[in-house]
Amino acid sequence: MAKNVVQVRDLFKDYQTAAGAITVLKQVDFSMEAGDFVAIMGPSGSGKSTFMNILGCLDKPTSGQYTLDGHEVASLDSNTLAKIRNQTIGFVFQGFNLLSRVSLLDNVALPLVYAGIDKAERQARAKLLLEKVGLGQHINSLPNQISGGQQQRVAIARALVNRPSLILADEPTGNLDSKTSEEIMALFSELNADGISIILVTHESDIAAHASRQVRFLDGRIVQDVRIVKDNRGTIEPADQEKESK
Amino acid sequence: MFSAMLGEAWRAMGANRLRTFLTMLGMVIGVASVVLMMAIGQGAQESVKDSINAMGSNLFIVLSGSSTAGGARSGSGNSSTLTVKDANAINELEGVSNVAPISMGNAQVVFAGNNWSTSIIGTTPTYLDIRGWELVDGYVFSDSDIRSATRVALVGQTVVDNIFGEADPIGKTIRIKQNPFVVLGVLKSKGQSLDGRDQDDTIIIPLSTAQRKILGNQFAGSVRQIMVQANTPEAMPMVEQNINGLLNQRHNIREGSDSDFFVRNLTAVANSAAETTRTMSLLLGAIASVSLLVGGIGIMNIMLVSVTERTREIGIRMAIGARERDILLQFLLEAIVISVIGCLIGLFIGITSAVLVNKLTQAAVVISGNSVTIAFAVAASVGIFFGFYPARKAARLNPIEALRYQ
Repeated sequence: MAKNVVQVRDLFKDYQTAAGAITVLKQVDFSMEAGDFVAIMGPSGSGKSTFMNILGCLDKPTSGQYTLDGHEVASLDSNTLAKIRNQTIGFVFQGFNLLSRVSLLDNVALPLVYAGIDKAERQARAKLLLEKVGLGQHINSLPNQISGGQQQRVAIARALVNRPSLILADEPTGNLDSKTSEEIMALFSELNADGISIILVTHESDIAAHASRQVRFLDGRIVQDVRIVKDNRGTIEPADQEKESK
Repeated sequence: MFSAMLGEAWRAMGANRLRTFLTMLGMVIGVASVVLMMAIGQGAQESVKDSINAMGSNLFIVLSGSSTAGGARSGSGNSSTLTVKDANAINELEGVSNVAPISMGNAQVVFAGNNWSTSIIGTTPTYLDIRGWELVDGYVFSDSDIRSATRVALVGQTVVDNIFGEADPIGKTIRIKQNPFVVLGVLKSKGQSLDGRDQDDTIIIPLSTAQRKILGNQFAGSVRQIMVQANTPEAMPMVEQNINGLLNQRHNIREGSDSDFFVRNLTAVANSAAETTRTMSLLLGAIASVSLLVGGIGIMNIMLVSVTERTREIGIRMAIGARERDILLQFLLEAIVISVIGCLIGLFIGITSAVLVNKLTQAAVVISGNSVTIAFAVAASVGIFFGFYPARKAARLNPIEALRYQ
């Protein structure tokens, strides 16, 4: 059995608001093998984004255990967390989150700046990835000069540039039309086939259908966790319950 | 890494050029005014120092008591109480390096149809040593000229300008009160003294010649003043006391009665003048520094706005692996680049206007490497100091909140 990339146990997350404390995540248990492709679904406010932020080491749980690649995340200092975000995890956002004043090449190369890699190699690697996502012609363009689908490709190239083992995508197709969404999902499937683990948050079931496992959140709890088997005709059907019994 | 960050800072500044320029302007004006004020202040100090040097250092002047009308004067109606012998006696005192007896007055000088009224100083060659005066041409008369009272003269630059014009004065014969004098040398120009007198408007002749031919004296060997130079500034109080003691004894003045001479410490007067200009230039610098401070606050203000505007960018950078110190450095660097460039422009403007002030008003200005270095160091520290708070604010942002910021 493959090693677990992500292991979450008994996770709680509270937020303090003016109206008092609200619990966004309630006793979440989740584990993920290396190379898996998980879609996280659920309505707005169900806690899936908070869950992603915790997985991405951007936020800390109120209680519970989170192990990433064998490291207990709660014990790490902020510099180590920054290093994990830089080298272990690649983020893809709904709003692309590219730096608007910076060329595509420099956007993609930016994580390498924080990894302390020299300029020649930064540019070479960024150029290679932009070519891989089909934007080799536009490396000196600015983000607002290309389409939304192309911007998301740049964001994916940026997420990949430091060769992460895990990609976290928060509604990556939320701002894209259905044809472009399919292209982006094909790109994710390709990356997954290359062995990169992917966790993807989405509202849409046809996007989630690209994953090999679907996890559904409701009111801060995981209410459904199914593995999807693609048969020869390309249809999809739910299979064995994977959630561990307690 | 560092060069990439410098590039980032440059790009961020270019993104809002007008704002960057206005922020910089605060620094530019601050640094320019500091440089200009320090140049003017140091120029004033420098010209006071020049006057002091022209006067000579560690100086006393012993004046005869004849100028005061008073009841308790000794002797039998002598108005000139100091003598060459007094001067020689003072020269034997401990801590005294040079002594020059002086007789002086005004006289009309004539050369080739030009005439000019100037001050005549009758003294010994030591006088030039004491005051640090030099010749630009010719040579100084000797002690034998004094013994034989020859009619020779050293002329100041103003006198040369007024009676010789373009002609070479050396070897020419001028008439002072109808007596012919041969010009031996020309004194180097010294400019104004501390009290505003033209120190170049003078002629120096041997003491004995002055007494016999030009100024006349009440009795043989009497002089108006004796100039005394001490070895060191530290020796001055002792020397002053010893001169008083010696002259009281030589003039038979009993303890408790008034002396018939005065000892004045010229260096103390000069030092207080120097002290005044130093205070003035400090004051000028302090006022100018206030504008530098205001410029620094301007930088802090704009950097705070910039951090708020770029909150989302900071969130993105943190999400892809920027550490707190990377963000801190990025914003700090931006503040430093703004202040250093502003400082360079300010230096340029400050130095240019100092040169302009010098050209237009003839006021002395001194632009020292020191003041430039200080202005530069202060500007850089202002950038660091006022850039640090906004940069730290940026570095401490919560990545999730920063990413959500619209």
